Amino acid sequence: MYLGEASGLPLGAATRDAFGNALKDLGATNDRLVTVDGDVGNSTRTEPFALAYPDRAFNVGIAESNMVSVAGGLAACGKIPVVASFACFLMDNAFDQIRMSVAFPNLNVKLVGSHAGISIGEDGPSQMGIEDVALACSLPGVTVVVPSDAACTIEATKACLELEGPTYLRVGRGKVATVYPDGCPFELGKAITVRDGSDATIIANGLMVPGALDAAKMLEADGISCRVIDLHTIKPIDRDAIAAAAKETGAIVVAEEHLHHGGLGSAVAQVVAETAPVPMGFVNVGDQYAESGDPQGLLDKYGLTAAAVVDAVRQAHGRK
Amino acid sequence: MPELSLDDLKKKATQIRELIIRITTEAGSGHPSSSLSATEVVTALYFGGFMKYDPKNPSSPDRDRFILSKGHACPVLYSAMAEAGYFTTDDIMTLRKLGSPWEGHPNMRRLPGIEASTGSLGQGLSIGIGHALAGKMDGRNYQTYVMLGDGEMGEGQVWEAIAAAEKYALNNLTAIIDRNGYQQTGATKEVLDLTEFQPKIEAFGWHVQTINGNDMGEVVAALKTARGVNDKPTCIVSKTQKGYPVVPLLEAEGDPNYHGKPFSPELAKKALELIG
Repeated sequence: MYLGEASGLPLGAATRDAFGNALKDLGATNDRLVTVDGDVGNSTRTEPFALAYPDRAFNVGIAESNMVSVAGGLAACGKIPVVASFACFLMDNAFDQIRMSVAFPNLNVKLVGSHAGISIGEDGPSQMGIEDVALACSLPGVTVVVPSDAACTIEATKACLELEGPTYLRVGRGKVATVYPDGCPFELGKAITVRDGSDATIIANGLMVPGALDAAKMLEADGISCRVIDLHTIKPIDRDAIAAAAKETGAIVVAEEHLHHGGLGSAVAQVVAETAPVPMGFVNVGDQYAESGDPQGLLDKYGLTAAAVVDAVRQAHGRK
Repeated sequence: MPELSLDDLKKKATQIRELIIRITTEAGSGHPSSSLSATEVVTALYFGGFMKYDPKNPSSPDRDRFILSKGHACPVLYSAMAEAGYFTTDDIMTLRKLGSPWEGHPNMRRLPGIEASTGSLGQGLSIGIGHALAGKMDGRNYQTYVMLGDGEMGEGQVWEAIAAAEKYALNNLTAIIDRNGYQQTGATKEVLDLTEFQPKIEAFGWHVQTINGNDMGEVVAALKTARGVNDKPTCIVSKTQKGYPVVPLLEAEGDPNYHGKPFSPELAKKALELIG
């Protein structure tokens, strides 16, 4: 059972596919767009763009350091380079290049990390980007976005490309539930309340948004009314939405497909601490690496489930 | 883009060396020896008619680019740019002081005319590839020069970039390796011996020359030759002396490398007398 199925959400496209198709579409009207790839364009889905606009697509081979710094140079000349690789190979392998060739000079480079999270499955932990959000958020001036579904990813891709400045967009490998069947009311830095509630708030991003909706439905049967917020933009973070949720519902659980430290949970906790301290809980991969296996089995084993969110909400709610 | 005679280029190099010594001694920190080795090349680029630039319009899209990948040698760049009129020689006396945009390593966000923020070694050639690719895409006829250190060649990213530049046949890209023979803790051949650069980089498909980079005539000739290569990226292995031409003074101090050390006022005085 996929996350969101219990809420009746249909399975939609993988967010990497939504990104790749949106990129290709945007390439038709914006000739400043270029791609710089580290030979995984058919995985990250920059390939449709590269096939449509071969003169604007550069595959520099398995050389992520060079890939990122080349993009910095292109951006300094007015191009809008989209640099895509697996989240771990982009953000972890080329972190210093992102720091020095992109973030510090504040260049208009669009970083895209695919295959994020443990739900990539069988390829195993070496391919799983689960530190990427922490690394991206540590860089001054970098906007960090983790969209939840295909519609959200299309809007996030457009918004990142329109923004003048460095961005990091995180997308996943597998199909995910459709959270926004009628299109996503996406605005960078603006949280989306996908379900209202009064007793607790679940703040999630990525595929844990449908998981949070499943949890909210289960908790409703227990008489706990849950607000669910899709906090797609981690940086800059929507402080008002978090503070309001803390004040109005009195308990907050953060759910994400990332390590415990430095991701959405840490970012939300800082805002809660500064604005309206309330009991909190965290659902994430923990402080550990995962393993090979089928995606659903991995999510279950490592606690990225609606049931885990339900438990965390009950505990936080019980401490109010 | 001034085009000085050989004699005037040599005089300009001396003026730039004087500035390097003055500003680093005033700062009380910095990398004068790494700057002195590279002075002929930087002087020739800015004053030998090789780079077109306009200090009043430093972001003109058609300008030639100079990226100092060995960012710690920025005193030579700041001094050359001051002589070229980007800012004044008084300005750069604030080198490394709080509030000064003449930082310890180049910061493109604070200083117009600086093409890349460098200081983490290994990245400048890749950034230069980005400039060169953009120039080709836009049909612009500018050249991108990147200066690297020989110790910096230990960074794997440099070799990634060398391969990529050949793939895209970037004849508008010139790498200059300031082969001064030393890196932070000692002689480059002892720290990580990469042996001769020319055959390696030629094997990647580049046009490579090896010259005495402290001989202005050889520098000018090599830059002219590089400009005439139309089908591939070009590299100049510029064999220099770290601290040239005051190496005897540094040897007398017991440290011919003199890495990351400013000259004391006494040493600076002797050095200025020697080069003046």
